Amino acid sequence: MAKRITVDPVTRIEGHLRIDCEVENGKVSKAWSSGQMWRGIEQILQGRDPRDAWIFTQRICGVCTTVHAIASVRAVENALDLEIPLNAQYIRNLIVAAHGIHDHIVHFYQLSALDWVDITSALKADPKKAAALAQSLSDWPLNGYQVMKSTQEKLKAFVDSGQLGIFANGYWGHPAMKLSPEVNLLAAVHYLQALEVQRTANKIVAVLGSKTPHIQNLAVGGVANPINFDSQATLTLERLMMIKEAIDELGSFIYNGLLVDVAAVGSFYADWTEHGAGIMDYLSVPDMPLDTAGTAFGMPGGFIRQGDLSTLQPITRFGDPYFLEGVAESNKHAWYEGSEPLHPFDGRTDPEYTDFQDEGKYSWIKAPTFHGRPAQVGPLAQVLCGLASGDEKTQAATDYFQDKVQAVLGERLPLSALHSTIGRHGARAIRCAVLYENLKEQWQRLMDNIATGDHETCNAPSFPKGEIRGMGFHEAPRGALSHWVVIEDGKIRNYQCVVPSTWNAAPRNAEDAPGPYETSLLDTPVADPELPLEILRTVHSFDPCISCAIHLHDTEEQNVVSVKAV
Amino acid sequence: MSAVILGVGNILLSDEGVGVRVVEQIAARYRLDEDVTVIDGGTCGMDLMDELAERDLVIVVDAVRTGEPPGTLVTLAGEAVPALFRERISPHQLGVSDLLAALTLLGRSPRQLALVGVVPESMATGLALSERVAACLEPLVETTLAVLREHGWQAWPQPADSAPADGTAAGPVTAAG
Repeated sequence: MAKRITVDPVTRIEGHLRIDCEVENGKVSKAWSSGQMWRGIEQILQGRDPRDAWIFTQRICGVCTTVHAIASVRAVENALDLEIPLNAQYIRNLIVAAHGIHDHIVHFYQLSALDWVDITSALKADPKKAAALAQSLSDWPLNGYQVMKSTQEKLKAFVDSGQLGIFANGYWGHPAMKLSPEVNLLAAVHYLQALEVQRTANKIVAVLGSKTPHIQNLAVGGVANPINFDSQATLTLERLMMIKEAIDELGSFIYNGLLVDVAAVGSFYADWTEHGAGIMDYLSVPDMPLDTAGTAFGMPGGFIRQGDLSTLQPITRFGDPYFLEGVAESNKHAWYEGSEPLHPFDGRTDPEYTDFQDEGKYSWIKAPTFHGRPAQVGPLAQVLCGLASGDEKTQAATDYFQDKVQAVLGERLPLSALHSTIGRHGARAIRCAVLYENLKEQWQRLMDNIATGDHETCNAPSFPKGEIRGMGFHEAPRGALSHWVVIEDGKIRNYQCVVPSTWNAAPRNAEDAPGPYETSLLDTPVADPELPLEILRTVHSFDPCISCAIHLHDTEEQNVVSVKAV
Repeated sequence: MSAVILGVGNILLSDEGVGVRVVEQIAARYRLDEDVTVIDGGTCGMDLMDELAERDLVIVVDAVRTGEPPGTLVTLAGEAVPALFRERISPHQLGVSDLLAALTLLGRSPRQLALVGVVPESMATGLALSERVAACLEPLVETTLAVLREHGWQAWPQPADSAPADGTAAGPVTAAG
């Protein structure tokens, strides 16, 4: 008999996501992904000044603040055909890269490691053995016996105090938890170090963005950071050197901590390279623009079909028609009016709520397609595109990661292992290293450009009478993000955000084809329907962000998992 | 000695953003001791770690659902604040709750915590507060400053013309970082 599992809400993510699975003979046979909140940013922006849109869009979500700000200014600049000064591109790129690194580190350690790492088991580890293991994998100075021992004591005190807090909702002792106590301890040690390191990445965003957590330095046409090495109120040499120091610190952790940990955890769970592939049409957009118009990029983007790198169709510039014309969204299974796929410029967001209907409407998330096909977005798509494009930074980071896996596992895993639940974590770690390499490069480019005497940071926009349309994309930490704006007489008439989690968490589309989460869950083994850790592993591997970010403190109890016979 | 007044919530969802509206008012209308930082935290979590670490006092201003009628003012102090965060199972895991737990784990918790909140009426999409919660704005400002003063800091009203003309401004309230 089949069982229906409802996980609502999925924990340790941003926003409200519900996942339903039917399980037959110990495996998922059907799955539904349902966004449970309606995000009405589109309505709020209608009639507003396009120059202010980014201030509002960065409030959509508490995790993706800068991400929505960047996509928004790019959309309006695209509508105006407005190029921005080189310094502005570089400063934005530095923010983009630092934010992405912050996000990836927090995702692996704070949000998803607990699906694989058993903190309570770490308390039983032998700190000497854990230190020996760590030192065999990297020469990170913070892997010594003393660190292992003191962290273990700290964890014990924390667990004993009953304040599990961030560790709550972990599936301790679950049969699918397989790491030795020593590996668990090593991961826990880096969990704490990651909490410190993510602050370093955030510091870069704060210095350049003038303020945290919401940056203040953007403007349609560039950035509002005056560059003047003689004035303390501006971007000074001292501040730029401080950023350089922070960049170096990040690099050390990414190569000695993150990549090593993901390789080690991934190797112990190598069976998870067999699960969770899902949709293997991969979409990414280029980012790190290197010129004023956005026609050359530090990170490539494009569309890959069926996981075959030779099919890459590149996306090469801002406003690329291949991307611009390829996106459509269907509301057939989403709680909005209509069902035919619409292009985002013509997109409608008029709610039509029904109950959760398995065959009908069941989500607040629309179903986007790229040239008619559902697509997976995110670091995996981005890394595959980098490899397919011959990007040297991506190739080097992938080689480094594969070497580390080989050191633990004793064999070299093929690239195809990345098309999986655990592979998505590997790809995210690789992408984090690629972002770091770009961060370094962008810093140097900014320094070199300032040295030429160019201090320009903004080109003022002017809005024509009549209608103009623009699309801004950004390869955000969770994947391809695009903002679409229609402006009439200098005011916003329509605004649509097609966010990465829209692609990945999409419900069935106009042709009833399931989205990436839904497809990836099929055939996932579930040992205990009451404790569906395996389902969470695959969903978390996409780094869901349901972008509504209500923040209400709620003391009402909820059941997180319910199981019933069907 | 240093203190933080942290307003949190989503200003796009009416009453959900009341905490941000309160700190906007405080920043615009009051001069505070130099070691008091006013932060519009929005819906952010881990990003705020640096700002809260090892402070002597953190006052969180937020919408709080307690089961009491909308517009009810809630003040909590000390252990009751993290306890409130711990009890809830919420879809919004990346907020202040995790932040406080992470700071505890690192041994960098703020020394004293207080929460000033109000029970929301509307969480609909929109920038404006509901009438009932809008009427609580001033009492929330007063209560927040009273908590600050109880702990030994000062706040002085600024001339009225420096207040924001438009209550829906999403602009900056403080410079940090």
